[in-house]
Amino acid sequence: MDTVQALTLLGLGAITLLTRCFFFILNRELPFPSWAQRGLQYAPIAALAAVVVPEVMVSHGALITTWQDARLYGAAAGVAYYLSRRGQGQAVLGTIVVGMAVYLPLHMGWGW
Amino acid sequence: MFFDPANFRHPAFREGMTDTLKVSPGIWAWGLMTGVAMVQAGLGTEVSVWMTLLVYGGSAQLAATPLLAVGAPVWVVLATAFCVNLRFAVFSLHLRGYLMAWPRWQRLSIGYLVADLNYVQFVQRHPQAAKDPAGQRAEMAYLCGNCFLSWLGWQVASLAGIFLASQVPMEWGLGFAGVLALVGILCSLTQTRLRAVSLVVSGAAAVAAFAMPLRLNILVAIAAAIAVCLLVEQTAWGKKAAA
Repeated sequence: MDTVQALTLLGLGAITLLTRCFFFILNRELPFPSWAQRGLQYAPIAALAAVVVPEVMVSHGALITTWQDARLYGAAAGVAYYLSRRGQGQAVLGTIVVGMAVYLPLHMGWGW
Repeated sequence: MFFDPANFRHPAFREGMTDTLKVSPGIWAWGLMTGVAMVQAGLGTEVSVWMTLLVYGGSAQLAATPLLAVGAPVWVVLATAFCVNLRFAVFSLHLRGYLMAWPRWQRLSIGYLVADLNYVQFVQRHPQAAKDPAGQRAEMAYLCGNCFLSWLGWQVASLAGIFLASQVPMEWGLGFAGVLALVGILCSLTQTRLRAVSLVVSGAAAVAAFAMPLRLNILVAIAAAIAVCLLVEQTAWGKKAAA
């Protein structure tokens, strides 16, 4: 592990502390404009989508042009499972299990 | 903190641990899979172990992993993790009402450990913040017990995942489980139609801008999605879709 990696990990740990304690670090209340408060609720989903969608749909730096990609079917199966359970119980765990059950045979068997 | 006898000898500490046990299979499986995903993405055992111990946040770790693996600049990694974690800031606004009775170091040491499930279980058990010292102690003891067992389970499972991952060939593609975990969290966050708009706009922008250097497409996509949602909110459809 080099210095840059070590500093990045320390920074990521500090971000965990900062975000989880954000509004009770200081004793006084933070002034917080209402538009920013509304914007806050769209940020986590936007950040995850920006990471996840390219992980599923981009290959060699561009949008994939083939349907023969195991990631598409794995992700679709995971979403379908989540929706069928309406998010109840261990729905996220089920999303992973069902998605992998579709992805692995396509990826390792057919080489998609 | 959980090493304070006033907390761990309190009956509410056990109550908090019991609630964690109910959701523990999910925490263990997800921790195990996060450990596997980090190593399979090419981070190496050492970085993965430190990441688990220091960062203690599955979604931020999984979002940072592909960025670290391709050598994206530090500030892009940190900004992405910050945005993924902004949901915790929303939780902290709510938790402020419970925790301000405690000195700062106690607030920060327990606050660091409050992940999604701990927050949800805590506010379900304690819908109203206590006003008396005995009630506040019971809340703190519950939170300590709840967070302690989650933290322990997550760390043990993650470390197991990290050491198992090196036994599995990369070609199997087990790292895709990390992407699927994020897909599941995305589904769970899509509670309003405007959040679905945020998801679609951000995903499309991240693919369209993929050629940008330094993985800047991620920050561009987040900014675009928030701007679009704040604008759409002002329309008649948006006012209905935000609820």
